[in-house]
Amino acid sequence: MYELGFSSERSKWLDKLFRVSFSYIILICILAGIGVTTLYSAANGSWKPWASAHLIRFGMALLVMMMFYFLNVRYYYKYAYWFYAVSLLLLIGVEVSGHIGMGAQRWINLGLFKIQPSELMKIGMVLFLARYFSSMTMHGIRSMRGLIIPAICTVLPVALIAVEPDLGTALMVLSTAAVILFAVGVQWWKFALVVLGTGCCLPIIWGMLHEYQQNRVLTFFNPERDPLGAGYHIIQSKIAFGSGGVFGKGFLHGTQTHLNFLPEKHTDFIFTMFSEEMGLLGSLSLVIINMLLIALGYIFAYRTRNYFAKLVIIGLNTNYFLYVFINIAMVMGILPVVGVPLPLISYGGTVMFSIMISFGIIMCMSNTQSVSHTFDEDA
Amino acid sequence: MSNYEDEKITMLVRRVPVVILLNLIAFAAIIARLYFLQVCESDKYKVMAEENRISTRFLVPPRGLIYDRNGEIIAKNDQNFQALMIAEQTPDIEKTLNRFKEIVELSAEQEQRIRKDIKNKKRFIPIKLRDGLNWQEVSKILLHAPDLPGIEINEGLSRFYPYGDLYAHVLGYVGPVAEKDKKDNPMALVPGFKIGKSGLEKYFDYKLQGKGGTVKLEVNAYGRVMKEIERDAGEEGNSLNLTVDTRLQQAAYEAFGEESGAAVVLNVRTGEILAMVSKPSFNPNLFTNGISYKNWNELLYNERTPLVNKAVSGQYSPGSTFKIVVALAALESGAIDYNTRYFCNGAMKVGDTKFHCWRHAGHGSLNVVEALKYSCDIFFYETALKIGIDKIHDMAQKLGMGYPLGVGLDNEKGGLIPSKKWKQARYDAQWTQGDTANAGIGQGYVLATPLNLVTMLARVVNGGYEVVPTFIKPTAKELKKIKRLDISTRNIELVKEGMFEVVNGVGGTAGRARFNFNGMMMGGKTGTTQVRRISMRERMRGIIRDENLPWKLRNHAWFMGFAPTDNPRYAVAVIAEHGSSGSGVAAPIAGKILQKALELDIK
Repeated sequence: MYELGFSSERSKWLDKLFRVSFSYIILICILAGIGVTTLYSAANGSWKPWASAHLIRFGMALLVMMMFYFLNVRYYYKYAYWFYAVSLLLLIGVEVSGHIGMGAQRWINLGLFKIQPSELMKIGMVLFLARYFSSMTMHGIRSMRGLIIPAICTVLPVALIAVEPDLGTALMVLSTAAVILFAVGVQWWKFALVVLGTGCCLPIIWGMLHEYQQNRVLTFFNPERDPLGAGYHIIQSKIAFGSGGVFGKGFLHGTQTHLNFLPEKHTDFIFTMFSEEMGLLGSLSLVIINMLLIALGYIFAYRTRNYFAKLVIIGLNTNYFLYVFINIAMVMGILPVVGVPLPLISYGGTVMFSIMISFGIIMCMSNTQSVSHTFDEDA
Repeated sequence: MSNYEDEKITMLVRRVPVVILLNLIAFAAIIARLYFLQVCESDKYKVMAEENRISTRFLVPPRGLIYDRNGEIIAKNDQNFQALMIAEQTPDIEKTLNRFKEIVELSAEQEQRIRKDIKNKKRFIPIKLRDGLNWQEVSKILLHAPDLPGIEINEGLSRFYPYGDLYAHVLGYVGPVAEKDKKDNPMALVPGFKIGKSGLEKYFDYKLQGKGGTVKLEVNAYGRVMKEIERDAGEEGNSLNLTVDTRLQQAAYEAFGEESGAAVVLNVRTGEILAMVSKPSFNPNLFTNGISYKNWNELLYNERTPLVNKAVSGQYSPGSTFKIVVALAALESGAIDYNTRYFCNGAMKVGDTKFHCWRHAGHGSLNVVEALKYSCDIFFYETALKIGIDKIHDMAQKLGMGYPLGVGLDNEKGGLIPSKKWKQARYDAQWTQGDTANAGIGQGYVLATPLNLVTMLARVVNGGYEVVPTFIKPTAKELKKIKRLDISTRNIELVKEGMFEVVNGVGGTAGRARFNFNGMMMGGKTGTTQVRRISMRERMRGIIRDENLPWKLRNHAWFMGFAPTDNPRYAVAVIAEHGSSGSGVAAPIAGKILQKALELDIK
C-alpha cells in the first residue's frame, strides 16, 4: 500500500475498509432486501408506507454500522463502563418520564428521534460484562465474590426493563448476560441454583405481571382458549404458515395477510407473511441465511485474538440469535407472543439501528487480529 | 498475565461450542416446526385459509309466477328491502339495535324475534331485522350506516298476491321455513327464503321454488367483501298456469256478499276448476313476512273460520242435493222408472220412527222428476228403502263422492258415504232402515265437500264421464282418457229433467234463481240441511223459524247447478253456511256465478 503512495493515515483507513468481511455485509444486505420486498407486499404492493422508509433507514443504518466498524477497538474497551452507565441512566429516565407507547414506557424522545434505552442496554450489557471479565483472572471468575458485581449489574437493568413492561427485551438481556457468564466459565451449578431459585419465585413474578402479559402466556399454552381474542393471532399465523405450503402462494398473493386475518404483518408477524407467500422454500432460506450470519459471528469470535473482543462478539451474536429465534418461534407458536421483531426485516427504526450498530461492533471486534491480546498493556 | 489470558481463552473454547450447539438445537426446532406446519399440516391449514377467505352466500331464486287461465298474474314477486344484521360484525349488538330502533320502527314482537334469532343463530348468519322497508327507511338506514355496524340492506323479492283475499284458499301463502325443517334445506338459512305453507303454493312448492344459486365471495378479516370469486345464479322457479278465471272468481266471491261458505265451479267436460272461493277469506300477503300474533289470532278464533278452505275441507250433509245420487242409483238398478210414483202425505213410518217430509202438508203422488222438482222427502225415503244403502253407496262413489279428489290442496276432505260395512266397522252396529231413509235425503251419516258435490254434478250432467277436478289444464291426451261411467243416458236425462224443473218449472224449489241468458238456462238442486236436531216437542209446538235462531244453529244452504241446461258446460256447488235456505240463499248465488260463466263464455 505504501508503494501506491497513499499517506500512512489514509492507507490505514483503506486497509481497514478492505479487511471488512464482505460476506457478512452481503448477508446483511440480503436480509434487509427481503425485508423491503416483504414490506412492499405487506402494503398490498406499494412502496408506501413501509418499504421505501425501510430501505432509506437501512441505507442510513449501513453508514452507522460502518462508523462503528471504523471506531478504534480500544475506545470500546475504554468506554465500555461509560456506555453501560449511560444506558442505565436512560433506562431509569424512561421510568421517570417516559413517552407512552403501546401501553408501555419504552421510549425517550430526543426531539429529532426517539430512542429505546432497552436497545442500548443490550449492547451496553455485553460491553460491560466483556470489559469486566477481561480484566479478571480465571480464579476470580470462578469465585463467588467475582460474580457479585456482574449479577447486580445484570439484574438491575433487567428489572427496569421488565417493569416498563417489556418482558421480551428483559428476557433477551438476561439471556445474553447468562450466555456470557456461561462462556467465561461460571460453574454449571451456579446456573442451576439461579434457575431453581427463580422457579420458586415464579408465583410471585406471575402476580407482578400485567394482565395482558398473563393472557399472552396462558394463550400460548392453549391458543384455542380465546380464539377470537389473544389466541386469534397465533391461530391465524399458523394458518398462514400452513396454507403457504412448500412453494407459497406467491409474492403479493398471501390471502391471510392481504385480507387482514394476520395481525401486525409488517412488524412482529412479518416472517409469517413471508412464509405464506414464499412457502417452505422461502422460510427455510431465510432461516439458513440467518444461521450463516450467526455462524460467521462465531467464526469472527474464534479468529480474533483478543479476549474482550471475543466476549463482545459472542454477546452481540447471541443477542442477534435471540432476536431471530424468539421472533420466529413466537409466530410459529413455539413461544408466547412477546413482541420481539425480526431484525432487518420487521418495520421499525430502533431495532434496525441497534442491530446494525451491533453488527458494526462485531465487525470491528473481528478486526483485532493486528492488535495484541490485551489493551491494558498498550495503555 | 498472558497465562491468565490463555486459561480464560481455553475456557471459552470449551464453553462456546456448547452455546453454538444450543443455537443449532434452536434452529433445528424452528426448521422442524416449519416442516410440520408447511408440509405435514399444510392441507389442513389450506382448508382453513380458504374458509377464512371465502364466504359462500346463497342466492334465493325468484319464485315462479302463477297465472290464471287468461294469463293474468295472480301471484308475483315484489321488490322487498330488508335490513339484515350479521352479529359477528356488530361489536355492540345492544347499542346497535337501540340505534336501529330510533331510526326505523320496530314492534316489541319483532324485537323479541330478533333477540331470539341472535341467540339461536350462528354469528355469521345474517339476521332479519325488518322486512318491507320503504325507500325513506332504506335511505335513513344507509345515512346512519356508520352507527350501525354489521347492518346491511338486502334487496330481495317477496311474494305478493295482487288479488289479496280472492285467491287466499286456492293459492295459499308462503312463509319462512319452520325451525324444525331447517336442517333439511340449506337454503332455509338464507333470510328472505320462503316456502309454500299452504294451498297450491305448498303443493307445487318444488316446482315454484326453482334452484338456489350460490355466490362465493372473498372476504377480509372484518367480513368486508373484497371481490366475487364465483357465481351460480341458480334457476328461477317454474311458473304455474292455473285453470281458474279471475273474472269468474271475482264474481263468485262477490256473489256471496256477507254469507259464509264456499263455491266451486267446474268445466263439466274437462274437470277444470274455473273458480273456487271460500268465505270469509283472509289476506295472504300478511303471511309473507310473518303474520303478527294479533292478526293471526283474529283469523284463528273467528267463528266463521276464514283460514279453512271450505270448498275442500268443509264437510256438510249434502241434504237434498244427494237425491240426485239416490235417484240415479234407483233408476239404474231398475227399482224405479219414470212411471214409478209414491204418495206423500207429509210423513211416514220407518220401523218405529216417524219420518217427515219438509212440506208438512205433503206433496201427493209424484214420480221421480216431480220428486226432484219439489224435493219431496217421502219419495226418496221410499226409493232408498227399496234399493238399500249399498246401491246408493256405489253410485255415490262412482260419481266422485266419499273420497278426496286430490286437487292438491291441503286438508282436502273426502266427505263420507256410509255403507253397511262402514257402520259395522265404525260403530260396531247393525245398519238400520232408518239409516237408509236418512241417507236417502242426504242426511244422517252422509257428508260431502262442495268439491265432492260439484264433481258429482259434473259427472252426471256431462253424460256420465268420469271427469276429475283439477287446477291444471288437462292435455288432449288426458282428456281422451276420461272414461264413461256405466250409467244409461236415458236415466241421466231423467235426472237432468228433474233438475231443470227445480229451477225452471212452476213451483220448483229454486225458482227464484231462474235466469235466461241468450236462451241458456240453469238447472240444479237445492239442499237445506239441519245443523241441530229438531225434537218431538218442538215439532209439536211448531218449529222455530230459522231466522230466529242464532247464526251457528241455522240450517246450511246448498245449491248445485249447471248451465246451459241443454249441453251443459259449467257446474257449480254452493254452500252458504248457516244460510238457512238452499233455495233462498244458495241458489241465487249459484245463479249469479253460472250466468257470469255463460257471459264470459269460458272455453
